[in-house]
Amino acid sequence: MTRRRFVLARGRFWTGLLPWAWMLLFFALPFALIVKVSLSTPELAIPPYVPPFVMEPGELLPHFRPDFTSYRRLHDEVLALGTPAADLQYLSAWGGSLLLAALTTLLCLLIGYPFAYHIARSREAARNTLLMLVMLPFWTSFLLRVYAWMVLLDSSELGLINRLLLAAGLVDAPLQLLYNQGAVLVGMVYSYLPFMVLPLYANLVKLDQRLLEAAADLGARPWTTFLRVTLPLSRRGIVAGAMLVFIPAVGEFVIPDLLGGGDVLMIGRRIWEDFGPNQDWPMAAAVAVTMVLVLLAPIVLLHRHGRANGDDGEAGP
Amino acid sequence: MDHNGDGAAGGRANRRAYLRIEGVTKRFDDTLAVDDVSLEIAEREIFALLGSSGCGKSTLLRMLAGLEMPDAGRIVLDGEDLAAVPAHRRPTNMMFQSYALFPHMTVEANVAFGLWQLRPRLARAEVEARVAEMLELVQMQRYARRKPHELSGGQQQRVALARSLAKEPKLLLLDEPLAALDKKIRQRTQLELVNLIERVGVTCILVTHDQEEAMTMAGRIGVMNEGRLLQVGTPGEIYETPDCRFTAEFIGETNLFQGRVVGGALACAEFPAAIVLPPDAGLAQGDEAWVSVRPERVALSRAGGVPGGAGCNAATGEVAEIAYLGSHSVYHVRLANGRIVIASVPSVHWGDAAPPTWGDAVRVAWFAPDGVVLTR
Repeated sequence: MTRRRFVLARGRFWTGLLPWAWMLLFFALPFALIVKVSLSTPELAIPPYVPPFVMEPGELLPHFRPDFTSYRRLHDEVLALGTPAADLQYLSAWGGSLLLAALTTLLCLLIGYPFAYHIARSREAARNTLLMLVMLPFWTSFLLRVYAWMVLLDSSELGLINRLLLAAGLVDAPLQLLYNQGAVLVGMVYSYLPFMVLPLYANLVKLDQRLLEAAADLGARPWTTFLRVTLPLSRRGIVAGAMLVFIPAVGEFVIPDLLGGGDVLMIGRRIWEDFGPNQDWPMAAAVAVTMVLVLLAPIVLLHRHGRANGDDGEAGP
Repeated sequence: MDHNGDGAAGGRANRRAYLRIEGVTKRFDDTLAVDDVSLEIAEREIFALLGSSGCGKSTLLRMLAGLEMPDAGRIVLDGEDLAAVPAHRRPTNMMFQSYALFPHMTVEANVAFGLWQLRPRLARAEVEARVAEMLELVQMQRYARRKPHELSGGQQQRVALARSLAKEPKLLLLDEPLAALDKKIRQRTQLELVNLIERVGVTCILVTHDQEEAMTMAGRIGVMNEGRLLQVGTPGEIYETPDCRFTAEFIGETNLFQGRVVGGALACAEFPAAIVLPPDAGLAQGDEAWVSVRPERVALSRAGGVPGGAGCNAATGEVAEIAYLGSHSVYHVRLANGRIVIASVPSVHWGDAAPPTWGDAVRVAWFAPDGVVLTR
């Protein structure tokens, strides 16, 4: 091996190492800690749990004595499903989160697809400007933007939207716009829309225009061309955008906390309450671990599906 | 345009015009992509639009398909004015340059795509039968379930052809049909494609930058440059009797001599003697003109031989380059004034004698009637 090639190979080794080191340090290690906490026993102490590793006097290695109480509580809730008057505080938070995330993803897709399609079809010079506009909200603080929605949706006659509605004579009294599911949904869709638009754009801009021309030439109306050619070929962009929106949306805490009322129960808020006021770290950790596992499942499935099919737009000529 | 074409092709072109292109013009921003093109094409004719890239031939084809709309002029196909007909309702189908097969569909689904768009809807069995028929036509039955990326370039081309023939278009448009293939496969495919198109009996316009492809495949060729249709004729006509310098130089190689008519001959600064013009050249005293002489019309002999008689243009020079091409050799002869004259000499010409080699003094000559007089 020449020296140059050796240096190159070494460079590749180190650059390849960085992502792995990053994942180890900032995902695998913290996740292991959370798993450890989830298997601990809660106690009034600092930190408020007893770890599952017990040192017996006279032995070199600690004994592993996991406490599954937290997981059992989740399991019991699953078993109690369908029984009347069951207390499903975690499961209902789960359901609320998944539902809200699913709705957010769907709305982002419906609103984001025309965005991305339009940008991808614009003249090359205009594309960068339009993309910039999509990302422009990121220039301001996320928190500020959520607070701005609070001002807009304010339920008193001082709220901007309510003021407009009152002035226009459309309503007699201010509407309850804030602190409900609708407000949370608006805030979530607004915040996550760019994460849907960007991967969709990246996919649609690569779409071979001649395929659309070929479809038209073969007699397909514009709508048929969209359904039979554009949409299936942008599947990867849809999947990528949906994951980028859905996964963080499930765990979203700030938006439901600020825009949602007390009835908006979400898993993120549950975890926060258990870590905070309830001082039940093992329970919070157990919920976090199940969340990662549950969210990992669709990713693995989609990955498998993509590989088994082995086809998509990019593999073509 | 009046050409004495060979009987078959000429007779074909004289039939009732099936496709009429009248004064079609297309402008992109400031450039005139297609400039006032008029053309008539007969039913079942295979017609080639030939020109270098950017000459407007593809734009003209796209206007026939309805993918571009002309700024002026009319396109009438089988009596129907296509101006207001959008691409998806035109009775034309196009085979795209890189085939544009749908990558997410199987070969079968690609061929069936156009059939599913027909209204009233065809029954599934009808579509399947037609797809099978088309795949058999291009001998791709075995690959029906494959995806395009699993096929070779030649196979993709055949699928694309099957797809564009499936709906029995009135007009088949081929955009650089073989440009994406290797040279070897291309030559074989040219004739296969022509046979197939003739068997189906579809009227066909193909666009190509490759003169060999145009001459092999088409009955008539239209030479295009800078948006204009310069000359239309059979391959023989445009090669033997080009009517402008562009055609003469674009199709094959030629020796062009520029000059002015003086006393019935062409006074050319680059040729030692006044060039004798073919009879009835139709030029007046003082006219500017060019004479085009194909290399195979130029006779090459060792200097000092018998001088040519009347009506023969001759000059002496020395051999500057020789390209031996097997069946013939191409000689570049440098005249005393530095002008190069190209002569193509069959290898059998020299018999047992040694052919002239680099630096040898030689004489080039052609009979006046072998020169073609051009005025533009």
